[in-house]
Amino acid sequence: MIPEIGHFALILALCVAVVQGILPIYGAAVGNSALMAVAKPAARGQFLLVLTAFGCLAYAFAEKDFSVLYVAATSNSQLPLHYRLAAIWGAHEGSLLLWTLILTIWMFAVTLFSAHLPESTRSRILGVMGLVSIGFLLFMLTVSNPFERLIPAAAEGRDLNPLLQDPGMVIHPPMLYMGYVGFSVAFAFAIAALLGGNLDAAWARWSRPWTTVAWCFLTVGIAMGSGWAYYELGWGGWWFWDPVENASFMPWLAGTALVHSLAVTDKRGGFKVWTVLLAIMAFSLSLLGTFLVRSGVLTSVHAFATDPKRGMFILAFLAIVIGGSLALYAWRAPRVGLGGSFAAMSREGMLLANNVLLVAAMGSVLLGTLYPLFLDALDLGKISVGPPYFDSVFVPLMAPAVFLMGVGPLAQWKKASLPDLAKRLKWAFGVSVITAIVLPFVMGTWTPLLSLGLLLAIWIATTSVVTLRERLTHVAGNSLGERLASVPRSYWGMLVAHCGIAVFIVGVTMVKGFETEKDVRMNVGETATIGDYLFRFDGAQDVVGPNYTAARGSFSVSRDGRETTVLYPEKRRYTAQNQVMTEAAIDPGLLRDLYVSLGEPLDDGAWSVRLYHKPFVDWIWGGCFIMALGGVLAISDRRYRIAWRRQEPAVPAATRAARRKVA
Amino acid sequence: MNRFLLPLSIFIVVVVFLGIGLKLNPREIPSPLVGKAAPDFSQPQLFEPAKVFSPADMKGKVWLLNFWASWCSGCKTEHPVLMDLAKSGEVPIYGMDYKDQRDEAMTWLSRWGNPYPVVGVDDAGRVGINYGVYGVPETYVIDKQGVIQYKQIGPLDPETVEKKIIPLVKQLEAQ
Repeated sequence: MIPEIGHFALILALCVAVVQGILPIYGAAVGNSALMAVAKPAARGQFLLVLTAFGCLAYAFAEKDFSVLYVAATSNSQLPLHYRLAAIWGAHEGSLLLWTLILTIWMFAVTLFSAHLPESTRSRILGVMGLVSIGFLLFMLTVSNPFERLIPAAAEGRDLNPLLQDPGMVIHPPMLYMGYVGFSVAFAFAIAALLGGNLDAAWARWSRPWTTVAWCFLTVGIAMGSGWAYYELGWGGWWFWDPVENASFMPWLAGTALVHSLAVTDKRGGFKVWTVLLAIMAFSLSLLGTFLVRSGVLTSVHAFATDPKRGMFILAFLAIVIGGSLALYAWRAPRVGLGGSFAAMSREGMLLANNVLLVAAMGSVLLGTLYPLFLDALDLGKISVGPPYFDSVFVPLMAPAVFLMGVGPLAQWKKASLPDLAKRLKWAFGVSVITAIVLPFVMGTWTPLLSLGLLLAIWIATTSVVTLRERLTHVAGNSLGERLASVPRSYWGMLVAHCGIAVFIVGVTMVKGFETEKDVRMNVGETATIGDYLFRFDGAQDVVGPNYTAARGSFSVSRDGRETTVLYPEKRRYTAQNQVMTEAAIDPGLLRDLYVSLGEPLDDGAWSVRLYHKPFVDWIWGGCFIMALGGVLAISDRRYRIAWRRQEPAVPAATRAARRKVA
Repeated sequence: MNRFLLPLSIFIVVVVFLGIGLKLNPREIPSPLVGKAAPDFSQPQLFEPAKVFSPADMKGKVWLLNFWASWCSGCKTEHPVLMDLAKSGEVPIYGMDYKDQRDEAMTWLSRWGNPYPVVGVDDAGRVGINYGVYGVPETYVIDKQGVIQYKQIGPLDPETVEKKIIPLVKQLEAQ
């Protein structure tokens, strides 16, 4: 009964989405405010209906209702409750439902925070989001219904893939989807602006916080996925250039470009056409990512079961949404006109260069991801494109972008002077170059890449200091504290996000330069050394988990004779699917991670063991979280808080003025 | 050309390729060896190193050649499937211990069970090169004339065994 309610709620949601996708947009076109007014209640209603459907599926999982095919396929009676709930997005159908739920959450958020928008703009935005939602609801209802029954019911579920039975998996997909789908808001703003024909600075100002929030979620989501791969896959890697990782990285690159280009449109009225295109691109790449993951056109560790009908559906949907938007863009954008002119050497010029580099990087990731498919389609053979391609393309594109990142915030709008910039930055440059050359020698090895990485990281740090110092001399206030306080939060946000990149680069550089690993055979009592650390294997014991049995190894780690920690890596066998998983044990630290994973049992209680010493690896994810923190600071800026507050009282101005007099 | 049409044009090209891509199977790696005679070899046996194992011994029989190793976790996943298939007696499975330590391989088989009547040892990986092994486990179906009829890359699962391997073996045996 409950699953049928969920199914029915989805059908109703589809009906609402159709109404929401058609009436408000038509109303905005003909200026009918009654039709436009439909948007808000429709969006809220749709949110409640999809939430109901989601709740019904969650209930089916919680109650172990194995008469629902999806529940039987992705959970098991032995699976703990929190993983049963996470199993909702453990496979294809449920993750689509999550996608749609998040889309409606964003719609709901738009209805809450859009009182200051003109009625026609708001109804167009919600209308466009409704149209997107139609696609996803139709997709679920036609070819991937999460509520499909299994009659007779299965006695036992097939269980969730053990790889996904992990706390990281509980949060990673919702975060990632919040980011993916969040770009739908910027997309809807852009389409609404194209439809309405008013691409002004106000449009950019409204889009900015939404884009930044989505970008923060995506940043955190990608970082968590990478962290999950690091500790769960048991080979100590953190990024594999897997097609599905690329699918999440491409919208991030386009989104990062969008965040910067929106700043120009907001502040200077420039880049309008380009900003619109980026907004369309960011969301299109999110959709493309969904297609790549769901359709099985590419091989990947993440790929779900292939079903050509589903692939065809998403492809048609992609063609309509993206093709339609790009056609609209080709039709309307020429009339938008250009913003103010600017010299090549100016903040606009540098932001444009940064955008071009980011989009070029995105394009090269896209090419590398789809290249095997292109060759295969042209019958030119099967190949796979791996990390060597991406590494060799990516570094040369990102290095100049990072260099510009240091200069950009110091350059004036419209026209900057190169000699002046050089004078202001000479100390930062000198310090960075000298440190980058000398530091690797101090640490023991010098390689060009190590030096380059450090140079970029220190460059960001030193230029940030210069930027902040100059800013402080321009703001009001006498004491340093007062001046620091009067720097706007959005400015802090930028600095913090940029420093996040520096931290990230340090992590990547140090791990690539100094990590060590060892594959050893260890008997009980034997020791192995890696880095400065001595590992002693104290034997393995059998342990029993809720839905698995495991061999748990015990390793005492010491340094200079002093005990550091004891690590317990596991080799788990999940009973339902008889799958073996390696559960690595990690001792994290600010300056290094120690990582042990059990290989295979050998004779006499010995094991093959893999040991890693990974300096600064946590800085990789730390850097991502700092970037996201920068985004959070930016949207907590005073001007947005004022914007939110201003819309709240729907009180006539006269009344407000009267109140003020009384007060 | 109108520069505003450029994004749309690129997108259309991508969609066309994605459409073609849907009809292809990325997991299908063509093996030039299917339909050709199985490469000959003569390798020492795992349990009796004095004896050799060679495809020539198998003439007139339909059999499976399974490349595995004790260090390979995919082989552990596949192992129960092989045990079931061996027990069913549908087709003999011969093992090729690929780039492995002899003692570790024997421990592995004695611990988890041995589905193979005979296991050859390919410690240098030479046989693997001749058979075009991408990675263990891999399984070849070889017919009475010694021709490779099917190649499975990666672990066998019960469904593949039931829907592909067993019907193919039956058909080959009827020839």
